Amino acid sequence: MAFTSFGAFLAMGGHGPYVWAAWGVTALLMVACIVHARFERRQLASAVKRRARRGDRHPPHQARHADDT
Amino acid sequence: MTQGQKATSTILETPVPGGLWVAFTATLKRDVTLMFRRRGELLNPLVFFALVITLFPIGISPDRAVLALIAPGLLWVAALLAALLSLDSLFRTDYDDGSLEQMLLAPQPLAALSLAKVLAHWLLTGLPLALVAPLLGVTLALPLGSYAVLALSLLLGSASLSLIGAIGAALTVGIARGGVLLSLIILPLYIPVLIFGVGAVQAAVIGEGVAAHLAMLGALLAASLLLAPWAIAASLRISING
Amino acid sequence: MWTFIHKWGSPKWFYAISAKVQPWCWAVSLILIATGTVWGLAFTPTEVNQGQGDSFRIIYVHVPAAFLAQSVFVSMAAASLVFMVWKVKVADMAATVMAPFGAVMTFVALFSGAVWGVPTWGTWWMWDARLTSMLILLFLFLGVIALRSAFTRREGGSKAASVLAMVGVINIPIIKYSVDWWFTLHQSATFTLTSRPLMPMEMWLPLLIMVLGFYCFFIALTLMRTRSEILRREIDKRWVRDLIKEAQ
Repeated sequence: MAFTSFGAFLAMGGHGPYVWAAWGVTALLMVACIVHARFERRQLASAVKRRARRGDRHPPHQARHADDT
Repeated sequence: MTQGQKATSTILETPVPGGLWVAFTATLKRDVTLMFRRRGELLNPLVFFALVITLFPIGISPDRAVLALIAPGLLWVAALLAALLSLDSLFRTDYDDGSLEQMLLAPQPLAALSLAKVLAHWLLTGLPLALVAPLLGVTLALPLGSYAVLALSLLLGSASLSLIGAIGAALTVGIARGGVLLSLIILPLYIPVLIFGVGAVQAAVIGEGVAAHLAMLGALLAASLLLAPWAIAASLRISING
Repeated sequence: MWTFIHKWGSPKWFYAISAKVQPWCWAVSLILIATGTVWGLAFTPTEVNQGQGDSFRIIYVHVPAAFLAQSVFVSMAAASLVFMVWKVKVADMAATVMAPFGAVMTFVALFSGAVWGVPTWGTWWMWDARLTSMLILLFLFLGVIALRSAFTRREGGSKAASVLAMVGVINIPIIKYSVDWWFTLHQSATFTLTSRPLMPMEMWLPLLIMVLGFYCFFIALTLMRTRSEILRREIDKRWVRDLIKEAQ
């Protein structure tokens, strides 16, 4: 351990605000990336489900083209 | 490939005497002529260059010592912006009237034809900018002895700027109001040219050797000459065919 | 080689295989980042920093983010190349989702660098070589994103963004070199943030762990978002609908 107490850990030898600002913004943005990705995925999954329900009645025209990868 | 296509392609590939060179010079001549027909537009970059330079003594200070200090950077940045402004029209009219599509269909490689267009653009914007820059340098109290280097660095640098900028112009030609986007994608790529261009002039001002900077500008020009035509051609194909 | 590329190029195959790989990437990245965070923040002795105080602990987010930002651009350009040469659509989907993440990482590197500058240089911003290159990289990312979204047809946007990514990746070393050169010419600061002679092991080992963790995070997030992008673009394909039917 580089610090003697939790208070010293938070203070970072007087550099606390800088260290925690940099780490905080990094953590915030990385978590935001994950949250956004999960949100996007859930939305698309429900869109696909909706489309699948409708698609049974109206086959979408794209299905005629074979896999054009 | 069907029989008919094969036949046409053989006809097209039949070597015409000096085919590529003829097409290159023809494109060059055509573009220069067209640009001369719109003389007002031809002067715009130069007027813009002079105007921007006028803004700085007013905005910062008319003090000759201050101006002399920042003159190399100012002249280069202003010339760079002037060159950037003229880029949007590089392929625009040809795109609008359909002659760009003709160019795509031509049997000669598109890269060579686009190189001719860029050359025409440089002859009528980069070259005049480089020639006018020393005059504007006088108004900014640019120290003596750096005028030739200023013109030479702009001569070399603006050619790279035209080549790199043409990639952006080709990418954005199909986009309505692509002007701001063009600056956004091209300006970061201009930074090395700016650094070595200004570096050359500053070295001349303080009396150091300028050969290294000019050599770097030459290297950048050689690299862009080698690579940019292909990127321009690919970008034009994308803009036209989607 | 060909079969390999075409297999990876099939969205369906990629969708299936990435589902298996993805949880591992998340797990590894989480473990590495957690280890690096605890180690770097609490256990690396303060004495290793050569007179910067504890502000040196910013290095554990600044350097991984800066490394990753550049690697994301290179990966994006590589994916663009694969897309342009072999017409692999999955590569383009990956390139699409990489760009915003790269911009975020570049911003993280810039922000942490600026914050670090306050105790080190006494100012929020210094035109230091690394920060300047990072700023230019941010503009390059924004340019690629803007160009892609400016096209009304997706196909055109994809190809244009690919060309720009490839042009940009050729330019990155040139920009980096010229900015370094420019900075040494005008150098007013006595030292840059992270270029010091030899880092003691207690300092660089957690840094290495953090860098690896960030890379795994990038891979995991890219896999996840590429899967979403596949659904978005292939929503009308039969295999996607079959997939949903199976799940129900």
